[in-house]
Amino acid sequence: MSDIKKIKDEYLNKLDKDQNIESINQIKTELFGKNGIVSNEFKKLGSVSQEERKKFASDLNFIKEELQNKITSKIEEIETKEINLKLENEKVDVTLPERDFKQGKIHPVSQVIDEISSIFSEIGFSVEEGPDVENEYNNFSALNTPDNHPARDMHDTFYLDEKKELLLRTHTSPVQVRTMLKGKPPFKIIAPGRTYRSDSDQTHAPMFHQVEGLHIDKDINMGHLKGCLNYFIKEFFEVDKLKMRFRPSHFPFTEPSAEVDIGYEIKDGKIIIGEGDKWLEILGCGMVHPNVLKNVNVDPSKFQGYAFGIGIDRLGMLKYGINDLRAFFETDYRWLSHFGFDPLDVPSSYRGLSR
Amino acid sequence: MKFTIDWLKQHLDTDLNDKEIINNLTNVGLEVESFENAPSELDDFIVAKIINAQQHPNADRLRVCDVDIGKSETVKVVCGAPNAKKGLFTVYAGPGAIIPKNQMKLSISKIRGVTSYGMLCSEAELKLSDDSEGITELSEKYKEKIGKKYFDSKTPKVVDLSITPNRPDCLGVRGIARDLAAAGIGSLKKIKDSKLNQNFDQDLKVTIKKEKKQGCTIFGSCLIRGVSNKESPQWLKDKIVSLGQKPISAIVDITNYVMIDLNRPLHAYDADKVSKEIIVRNSKKGETFEALDNKKYSLDDNMCVISDHSGVLGLGGIIGGTRSGTELETKNILLESAYFLPRSIRKTSKLLNIDTDAKFRFERGIDPKSIEAGLIKAADLIKEVCGGEVSKFDIQRLEEEKTNKVKFEIFLFEKITGFKIEKKEIIKIISNLGFKINENKESLDLEIPSWRPDITQPIDIVEEIVRIKGYEYIQTLTPEKSRLKPTLNRQQKLFHFLQRSVASKGFYETITWSFTDSKINNLFREKYNEIKIVNPISSDLNVLRNSIFPNLIFYLKKNIDRGFKDLSFFEIGPVFSGTKPGEQLTVIGALQAGKYFRLNWQETERNVDVFDAKRDTIQTIVEAGFSKNKLIIKDQAPSYYHPGKSGSVFLSTEEDKPIAFFGEIHPNIVKKLDIKTDALIGFEIYLDYFKETKKKLKDQKSQFEYSDYQKSERDFAFVIDKKIKAQDLIDIIVSIDKDLIKNVKVFDVYEGENIPKDKKSIALNVTVQSSEKTLNEKDLEKINNLIISTVESKSGAKIRS
Repeated sequence: MSDIKKIKDEYLNKLDKDQNIESINQIKTELFGKNGIVSNEFKKLGSVSQEERKKFASDLNFIKEELQNKITSKIEEIETKEINLKLENEKVDVTLPERDFKQGKIHPVSQVIDEISSIFSEIGFSVEEGPDVENEYNNFSALNTPDNHPARDMHDTFYLDEKKELLLRTHTSPVQVRTMLKGKPPFKIIAPGRTYRSDSDQTHAPMFHQVEGLHIDKDINMGHLKGCLNYFIKEFFEVDKLKMRFRPSHFPFTEPSAEVDIGYEIKDGKIIIGEGDKWLEILGCGMVHPNVLKNVNVDPSKFQGYAFGIGIDRLGMLKYGINDLRAFFETDYRWLSHFGFDPLDVPSSYRGLSR
Repeated sequence: MKFTIDWLKQHLDTDLNDKEIINNLTNVGLEVESFENAPSELDDFIVAKIINAQQHPNADRLRVCDVDIGKSETVKVVCGAPNAKKGLFTVYAGPGAIIPKNQMKLSISKIRGVTSYGMLCSEAELKLSDDSEGITELSEKYKEKIGKKYFDSKTPKVVDLSITPNRPDCLGVRGIARDLAAAGIGSLKKIKDSKLNQNFDQDLKVTIKKEKKQGCTIFGSCLIRGVSNKESPQWLKDKIVSLGQKPISAIVDITNYVMIDLNRPLHAYDADKVSKEIIVRNSKKGETFEALDNKKYSLDDNMCVISDHSGVLGLGGIIGGTRSGTELETKNILLESAYFLPRSIRKTSKLLNIDTDAKFRFERGIDPKSIEAGLIKAADLIKEVCGGEVSKFDIQRLEEEKTNKVKFEIFLFEKITGFKIEKKEIIKIISNLGFKINENKESLDLEIPSWRPDITQPIDIVEEIVRIKGYEYIQTLTPEKSRLKPTLNRQQKLFHFLQRSVASKGFYETITWSFTDSKINNLFREKYNEIKIVNPISSDLNVLRNSIFPNLIFYLKKNIDRGFKDLSFFEIGPVFSGTKPGEQLTVIGALQAGKYFRLNWQETERNVDVFDAKRDTIQTIVEAGFSKNKLIIKDQAPSYYHPGKSGSVFLSTEEDKPIAFFGEIHPNIVKKLDIKTDALIGFEIYLDYFKETKKKLKDQKSQFEYSDYQKSERDFAFVIDKKIKAQDLIDIIVSIDKDLIKNVKVFDVYEGENIPKDKKSIALNVTVQSSEKTLNEKDLEKINNLIISTVESKSGAKIRS
């Protein structure tokens, strides 16, 4: 017994001294190798008397385990030390620039169109589109704006032929005409898109964006119109309170017609929507004129409903504090970088329109 | 439409104040553009402060002052006043201002070699006192008012309404008063009875010729003899000035006044200059006359003219002529009050490009029953101001005007507006608007007032009632969430997906005009016809674009010229293939310029190239849900791409139209447009050519199958003819055993030393894996040999040893 105790103490001592992996492996072999000291002690088991054998075996196993644990922990200790030393030498300057990532951007108009689509999707509207080039009939005549009507002067029109039969649509309303001509009521659509007018200055661009809305069914009245727009504007500007004013106006294709103003105030140079005592005109709307319904083969005694048209660019300017309409279309890298949106920022109702 | 509140109150009896009147105008649908003091000459005199005063270099008694007039920069004014010194608050008048004392108009001038922008004024010059010793001295209190007007506006406040085209009746003050009265904010005053003595007949013969397309249906007139035309009295001048117009003479001013007051355009002829008789007829092509705007007009056939024996006197309802115009010397006048058809007026004025107040009104529709009221009011005033004797009225008519009628079912109001009002109230509103009513149980028979040409059907009546009652009574109903069909269709979903997919690859989305410069467009036009805009806003935006690239490359260049080097832009939008509606395609166009890495501490710099464009193209299509393995790449692309470094992508072999092009932009175009960049690449994706898949993406996925048996990778290098494409080699290998060969990847391409000139070496890594067992050496040997022999026999390649 004292022999093995001595062996144990000797080797524990040895292991406590400074060692490296090789010398520890050497010790391991010395102890537990084929002819190792401990191995040899185990071989003696057979020759130990019956009464002492149990104790001897137990002591021997105990010592074996102790030494083995010591060796394992020693090896771990040394390896950790070595790795730490290696890592120390591998240290880099993490303030150096990361690898390049090219951040793309979504144009504010596209973002606003997605926001609008998301809002109207919630109340059951679907998106329709129409061509940018329109014929005179869809853009004007079908919309109760005959050639001899002064209302045509309100639209400065780009024409593609001398006879003035082909033109760039001056509003998104011809999509109403197309949608109703190809289908049967009820209709519940919005139609965002490009529109064109041949005037150009600081507040007008020859191309801009509108979204048309149309809801035709058996009993859709002005209360539905007011409710729909009230809902839309509140959602779009993400405000709880909204001051909204319906004002009588005139459009040839709706009757009664209204223009809609929202209340605002300027605070610290920024426009605050929904409060204040100033009014800002943001859209035109009304009940679809019976003449228009007749033109698209919808019986006005059975079906009725509302339509509206909103300037998309202007909505974007108000919501995101953009001053210059023309900058939308000038492809200035700096402007797009400043006002553009992250492509991952997909507007949706469940996670909010904007961050 | 401009007028003052005082003027309105000549027709409207009301206790409301200005602000309430303004609000009510808006509420009934008469949009108030502005309500401001009429401009005055005194507006040009501004509170200013002398910041610095120095001796004039060339004149002892003059000083050169730097004056703060509330703008970002001071102005220099040369001043002779002894009290012009630093720190003084005074009154400044800029170039263009008219000095009250001597009516002198200021301009920028050089005074002894120093330019002076305006003047500092003395009290005498401002007619405030006789003090002309020095310039006006203001107290410190004016510190806050620098840049503001010195004189309080004494001019009356003018309402400016934006009248919608359907409301010609509100182009007269009386019409506005009538609308307000109907809305319950006062009562419409009665027009005073005329005390005109009309003792003699109008003996100048007037004839309206019965012709096809005759634009005049009623011509009323009277003679006023022995007038003495003069400057208008002050009250009339003030009225004319408040409209922003210049007083001319009493007779002209009176006709203008009546036009604004009653919306009744009139015309006064010098009766002595009319040759024998008045004939209202259609013009003949080539007839000419000189109009009151001092322009000579050459007429077409069938324009409505007022003429006499010598020829055309004027264009009816549009503009008079100089030959018969009234002057201060005019003694006898013929006063015209007529009705012209809107269609005729519009056609003629458009052809001749004339816009006048009369034209604006007749085009929208004048009250045909206002002929006499206009003559009475004007004749009364002319007699009062200019004297003279008024004849009886002569009214020539082609036809009796009829009263228009409409039947209005009461229920329609609630059906359209969603709220109910009492029949009694409905009747009150429309009778106040001038309708004559015959009441039935459920409906009303209405006679439409002659001044409301816009009202023709029951819906018009709904609008009248609701706008007078007030839009605030319309309820706000909570929207129903019922849905008829999905928000977006397949193509719209693709649009939104691809848009964000391209942006996520580092591209900035932009939106450019749908039109472009034909010169740049021609570089990208290919087979399409040029689509000209008849009336472009400028000659460099004169055609519809046949491609996204013309505008995109134009703006890319602008940004490069701003000093940006590495740029990626894209636009998704329409390109046009023809002039008919629908002849357009939705396309993504993307351009990238510069280097992939620049000034990078880790990577070697390199230019962007065709394979960057290909990566973004393919990855975008893959993200849209198409299998990369099924795409076909061909080396044809439009001529604006580099012929050797561009390609096209097809969804399948049967496809006749490529869904995308990619490549480097042709160096000639880069040179021609002078784009200073290291490299320029681009791609285009045609959304309309994506075939509709039978199944939705979620249904396209096959059963999930995988193999856990060991896979093996082996490299091969083949020397092949340069003309053979890498994809051909891959296709050959894959087709050997689709079950076993899981992947083929090109990892090296080499041309040059040790390889014949017309050959290249392609190295491929092939992954082989069975789904049934672990392949042993023998199996692998077999498939490897099969790969080598098949490639060699099918492509003429040789395995590199």
